[in-house]
Amino acid sequence: MNLISKTSPSVGASQARPDALNKVMGHEKFAADYYGPRHLWAGVRRAGIPHGRLISVSTEAAKQVPGVKKILTHKDVNGSNRQGVIQKDQPVLVDDRIRHCGDALALVIAETSQALETALALISFEYEALPGIFTTAEAFQYGAPLIHPTHPGGNCLLSGQLVSGKGLEAFEACDAIVELTIDLPRQEHAYLETECGEAVYEKGELSIVVSTQTPFRDRAETAQAIGISPEKLRIIAPYCGGGFGGKDGITVQSLLGLAAMACPDVPIKMMWSREESFLAGPKRHAASLHYRLGAKQNGVFHALEVRADFDTGPYDHLGGAVLGLALEHAGGPYRIPHAAIQGKAVYTNNTIGGAFRGFGVPQVAAAMEQAVDLMAEKLSLSPLDIRMKNAVQKGDKIPSGTTLKTSTGIRECLARLKAHPLYREADAWKKKAPAHMLRGSGMACALHGMGYGPFVPDTAIAKLELTKQGRFKIYFGVVDMGQGNGVTFLQMAGDLLNQNYENLELVLPDTGLTLPCGSASASRSTYTFGNALIQAVETMKTRLTQRAADSLMVGDGDEFCFIPGHLRHLPTGREFPLAQLAALLGPEERITISRYRALASKETVTQDTALQMHGIPHTVFSYTAHLAHVEIDTLTGGITVCNYTAVTDCGRLINPDLYQQQMQGGIAQGLGYALYEDFITDKGRLLTANLSTYIIPGALDIPPMALSSVDLQENTGPFGMKGVGEICIDPVLPAVANAVADACGGGRCRQWPLTCERMLEILTIPVCPPGADMNRSLI
Amino acid sequence: MKLSFTLNHNALTLETEPDRRVIDLLREDLGLTGTKEACGEGECGACTIRVNKELRLACLMIAAQIEGCSIETIEGLAGPDQALHPVQEAFVQAGAVQCGFCTPGMVMAVTDLLEAIPDPDETQIRKALSGNLCRCTGYQKIMDAAQLAAKKENKCLP
Ligand code: FES
Ligand code: FES
Repeated sequence: MNLISKTSPSVGASQARPDALNKVMGHEKFAADYYGPRHLWAGVRRAGIPHGRLISVSTEAAKQVPGVKKILTHKDVNGSNRQGVIQKDQPVLVDDRIRHCGDALALVIAETSQALETALALISFEYEALPGIFTTAEAFQYGAPLIHPTHPGGNCLLSGQLVSGKGLEAFEACDAIVELTIDLPRQEHAYLETECGEAVYEKGELSIVVSTQTPFRDRAETAQAIGISPEKLRIIAPYCGGGFGGKDGITVQSLLGLAAMACPDVPIKMMWSREESFLAGPKRHAASLHYRLGAKQNGVFHALEVRADFDTGPYDHLGGAVLGLALEHAGGPYRIPHAAIQGKAVYTNNTIGGAFRGFGVPQVAAAMEQAVDLMAEKLSLSPLDIRMKNAVQKGDKIPSGTTLKTSTGIRECLARLKAHPLYREADAWKKKAPAHMLRGSGMACALHGMGYGPFVPDTAIAKLELTKQGRFKIYFGVVDMGQGNGVTFLQMAGDLLNQNYENLELVLPDTGLTLPCGSASASRSTYTFGNALIQAVETMKTRLTQRAADSLMVGDGDEFCFIPGHLRHLPTGREFPLAQLAALLGPEERITISRYRALASKETVTQDTALQMHGIPHTVFSYTAHLAHVEIDTLTGGITVCNYTAVTDCGRLINPDLYQQQMQGGIAQGLGYALYEDFITDKGRLLTANLSTYIIPGALDIPPMALSSVDLQENTGPFGMKGVGEICIDPVLPAVANAVADACGGGRCRQWPLTCERMLEILTIPVCPPGADMNRSLI
Repeated sequence: MKLSFTLNHNALTLETEPDRRVIDLLREDLGLTGTKEACGEGECGACTIRVNKELRLACLMIAAQIEGCSIETIEGLAGPDQALHPVQEAFVQAGAVQCGFCTPGMVMAVTDLLEAIPDPDETQIRKALSGNLCRCTGYQKIMDAAQLAAKKENKCLP
């Protein structure tokens, strides 16, 4: 079928991703689909208690189960037995202390999944229970147990403060002040492919096929944790069945490695159940935010105070970096000359807080954008006008102190939104509310920085090969977890080389074949690798045309142009097949490699080296403005989002369809965050342990979405693009919050998500729902 | 037990435990990994197959239940020369596939819908998809794909 192969890739066009063909046929092999011959199953006994000192693990009974091959505990780990992206504070198998219910105590390898389950249930352990910490406030109470007794910050993983202008003092010069406190829940990624993989250890070499966002970092981390040299460890990352940040860090890798090394020469498979994924995987951080925003009478923002507490769970994971990004983005895309922004990421015995699409920004945007609406109301300005009045442009500083040095399109987004029918016709639509229904319209904005920030080099290495058959192979090391970066690389290379899809091939991330490219995260996949790839393509083009000129004994390389499968010599019209040219070149000559390192900011916005190390400040930002229309059923408290629109500045679109996909998916996740997804725990134990109690949006819950882009050129981006993978989710919750407040006379909820029950409460106690007494105007 | 059934139009007899989950039978024993498991308890629809032309969840069925039945999985949907089924084609063209892990189940659900209602409206499509979770797409392009597939099947489109 020629749905794709004969078309020519072109940047800027909506083109289907070639992997979709295999995916619709059920042929694409995800990590979950690897079943090696005579494979064994590996699984983990988890603690089920939130905090305790481990005394011993008893595996005798489990060993007697027929079909059980091996049972490992921490005593069998030869490496550091510690993993973690920034701080290595998480044990692979617990050796001293249990810090949350999902901690792994023992690893069982068995012939069948049934034998595995039976054995896991028979493992018991002795422990001394320790009091647990389940809120950030408890972590600082006098006499609170220390979750990591050697951590210099006590129960505080990281705290930091960004002060600009006169800081808090500036509130004295404000004509109007509003204040808001909200508590946000954890959010579960709920990717459809749970954490899984297959490993085999043969002749001293370990190879792991895994559902991951970070194959190269996995290699280093796993090698150290389990005691194998990195050269002996190969990580293979097929198309990933959803990641969203939850696979940005080790999940099954070290466990699988240990299992494989204990049972060499056979493939070992591990697949977390949905419950295990909920229990052991990271979550979006639960957060408490306190905001105070001050403005002049004319609506110009003057001062901002932010206090943000993030519950980071028992391990660092990426909690410090999440806090850093949250602080940098706390003031949104606005000019506010004076700000005091402080925050903490706090250790608790809850589930692990980690990376999740948005990376701290959805939390701060939730509070900031509601504060903006409160201020608009107080000063009788429209929500759009007050945003436009304060929106940043290039050269401005955002409240954290970061100077915006690259394309800055929030004003364009707002202007476009203002012209949108959903905005212009909002009042008419609201007036037509049926009986018992309230209607409201609300907006919210966000900005989102791309990449790792100034400290960790943000690099990708592209490799391009002209095969002997005259086709081009793109070796990319940055995982495609569904965002579609793979097809954008084909579009870029195909466009520059003027080749059809049938002449192009992708080699998926594999530490044995591709080169380090960093993680598929931080809205950087397409940007960073794309820049590296363009360079590799240009080098290839020059080399091939020059070699063609040499072998045809004609003038120079620039007399040639690429056509599908061939080079054409322009002066004579002669065609030179790429396969023929490839035959003239040695294997090294047929390969080009190029490394790109993203621009790092040279600006210092804080003297706090810990914050700098955690990624502040960024240089390239995307921007977005969202608008939601909601309808509230006053009898049931049910909220329906009827329409949704968003305008985004993410540079030039490489593939408009993919832009739509990212936006739609991000908005859907954001609506889940706002309305349904309540990850409830009780003393560290999950009360919403699976998809029947933790409700993610289904097809009936998502409104039609109208999305557009302002299509500004970002000069540092490949073909002018910027990342869109995260900004799509950042302002969804506050857009809903503002729409709900608009519908019901200013009622706002403190504890999110805004379930029907909470909505009913707001409706019965208008304007001042329980706990919302802080959400008010002060002057 | 000895189990006989038809799998994607081919008759098959094999030896298995009567309580083997159909999803394990398909994926692990028969190598048909197109049918996905994402919850194992009937919540997500990733394991959707058809049994005697009716949608079923392979994670909730055991081998003994499919004795003598006709089973269709995602792998059986394309034509003999791997020509895509119109629904599959529509998913590719409409951009309804992101990570692709929900896709086989979604394609099965839409195929089944269009056989029952050749020209469904938006609500009918949303309802038909309500048993299938997707965490990537926000469902809009899956809706588009269903509508496009309906047009293709009704020959309104080439
Ligand atoms: S795996 Fe069968 S419904 Fe989820
Ligand atoms: S495309 Fe990823 S879950 Fe649907």
